[in-house]
Amino acid sequence: MEKKKERMRCAVTYAMVILFYIIAEGLIMTGHISSLMKGLLVPVCYYAILAVSLNLTVGILGELSLGHAGFMCIGAFSGAFFTQCTENAIPSVGLRFFLALVIGSALAGLFGLLIGIPVLRLKGDYLAIVTLAFGEIIKNLINVLYVGMDSAGFHFSTKDTTSLKLAEGGKVIIKGAQGITGTPRAATFTVGIILLLITLVIVLNLIYSRAGRAIMAIRDNRIAAESIGIDVTKFKLLAFSISAALAGTAGVLYGHSLSTLAATSKTFGYNMSIMILVYVVLGGLGNIRGSLISAAILTVLPELLRGFEDYRMLIYSLVLILLMLFNSSPKAVEFRGMLIERIRRAKKPAKEET
Amino acid sequence: MAMLDVKGLSISFGGLRAVDDFSVTIEKGQLYGLIGPNGAGKTTVFNLLTGVYKPDTGTILLDGDNITGKNTIEINKEGIARTFQNIRLFKDMSVLDNVKAALHQHYPYSTVEGILRLPRYFKQEKAMDERAMELLKVFDLDNERYYKASNLPYGKQRKLEIARALATEPKLLLLDEPAAGMNPNETAELMETIRFVRSEFDMTILLIEHDMKLVAGICERLTVLNFGQILTEGETSEVLNDKRVITAYLGE
Repeated sequence: MEKKKERMRCAVTYAMVILFYIIAEGLIMTGHISSLMKGLLVPVCYYAILAVSLNLTVGILGELSLGHAGFMCIGAFSGAFFTQCTENAIPSVGLRFFLALVIGSALAGLFGLLIGIPVLRLKGDYLAIVTLAFGEIIKNLINVLYVGMDSAGFHFSTKDTTSLKLAEGGKVIIKGAQGITGTPRAATFTVGIILLLITLVIVLNLIYSRAGRAIMAIRDNRIAAESIGIDVTKFKLLAFSISAALAGTAGVLYGHSLSTLAATSKTFGYNMSIMILVYVVLGGLGNIRGSLISAAILTVLPELLRGFEDYRMLIYSLVLILLMLFNSSPKAVEFRGMLIERIRRAKKPAKEET
Repeated sequence: MAMLDVKGLSISFGGLRAVDDFSVTIEKGQLYGLIGPNGAGKTTVFNLLTGVYKPDTGTILLDGDNITGKNTIEINKEGIARTFQNIRLFKDMSVLDNVKAALHQHYPYSTVEGILRLPRYFKQEKAMDERAMELLKVFDLDNERYYKASNLPYGKQRKLEIARALATEPKLLLLDEPAAGMNPNETAELMETIRFVRSEFDMTILLIEHDMKLVAGICERLTVLNFGQILTEGETSEVLNDKRVITAYLGE
């Protein structure tokens, strides 16, 4: 019974994503969608992936991380970097993008692991502050990094392009604060949805497995988890690095959806980390489907409100407050329960009749 | 061979010698009690046995194996499981998942197998469900298996904690004040449960308890601690009538 419920819940989540895809594709084909909205489809995908992956750290593992944008940044730059430097070696853009996804996610996951080893010894606010700092460090490091490639291999510098001393025919790939330009825009809506589905499969299957139970046990009571033989460090690191790797995936998607990729504080700064956290908190800690919905709504909403330019931020904040109330106020939860109960009762007699 | 053989266990916190030269021998299948006034160091002994603290001196032999200085996780694998004075359940998880989390080591399919849902996942999950349900039935918790652990009534939370400890298949079970906060009816029921666990699982049990009715009712031997030192040790009836024990509890 409960097993079935669990499966149903997962199935509904997957179905929602697929339905969203079908509707959006339908609208595109019949031309009922503005180019503005069309431009938001890929962002919805990567924000949703980011929200789901952060929910693994914050909701399931129960550790507050404010450096998620940093992992996204690693994914975005390593992915775009790979695509750029294999331009001649691998002519197919699709294959390059696929490999970039693998490399970007793996590298972000590796960084998650390396940062996680010292950082996960901390708890609560301390962990939040240190992850925030790491996010900023990653962004700032990439900001001063110059990387070029010529026949002799890679050249690195932290000064400027001329100090790279590239040979004839060499190419500068990462230009410090200007970032990476000219990455092929391979990230389509379809790819985004597929990646989102893969993310969901990974996270949901992880939660409802042995490892997921161990992670949640650590969240609920670390001392008791140790007393029944759960390796706390191992499972904390596991959750944290999977979360980082998925953020890296979103980053690669992001990097391949823009022609210019720069590590500004707007794109990869702590504001971004906080925004992802807002999606997670709004959707409900540990509630994966909630993260999806809130990421989608909060990505589309600011654009929808563009017509009311002056009142835009006012409405945005009102919606935020209302959503938060709807999600967690006891009265609202009670009301929701009542609604569901009423719908269920209305359905039952209908079934008996047929 | 004794199930648990502790010799000369000591630990100091700063200038305070919390446990001083503690020794105990518990035979297999014995129900052993550890009593003493508040602050005598009983829970500290439990924390030493389960590797939460490392002893300054002394050795701990479990079933002949030296487990001194190992950490909590290793000691659990060696075969000691415990409950806590203040209940420590995984409160946001279901009753069933609380027990399944404790089955963790005995069904070791990998994380990748879990994510990809390979055959081993389904096989072991099914076996885990069955094993967990068996345990929950023993403690009469099977009807509440989908409840959130924190929604169980107090007595049942205590039972669930014992069920969770047993799920790790220990050789020795440590119960830290299992009757704390229970009314006389619940305590009587708990005594039955502890007796039942001992016979059903052929378990060796060491328990800390303040409820003298429970101690007198089920423990076969007792050790009394006072200010970190052993006051006396012996058969339950002898110990409880010992003048020094009464003095330690009630004063002159």
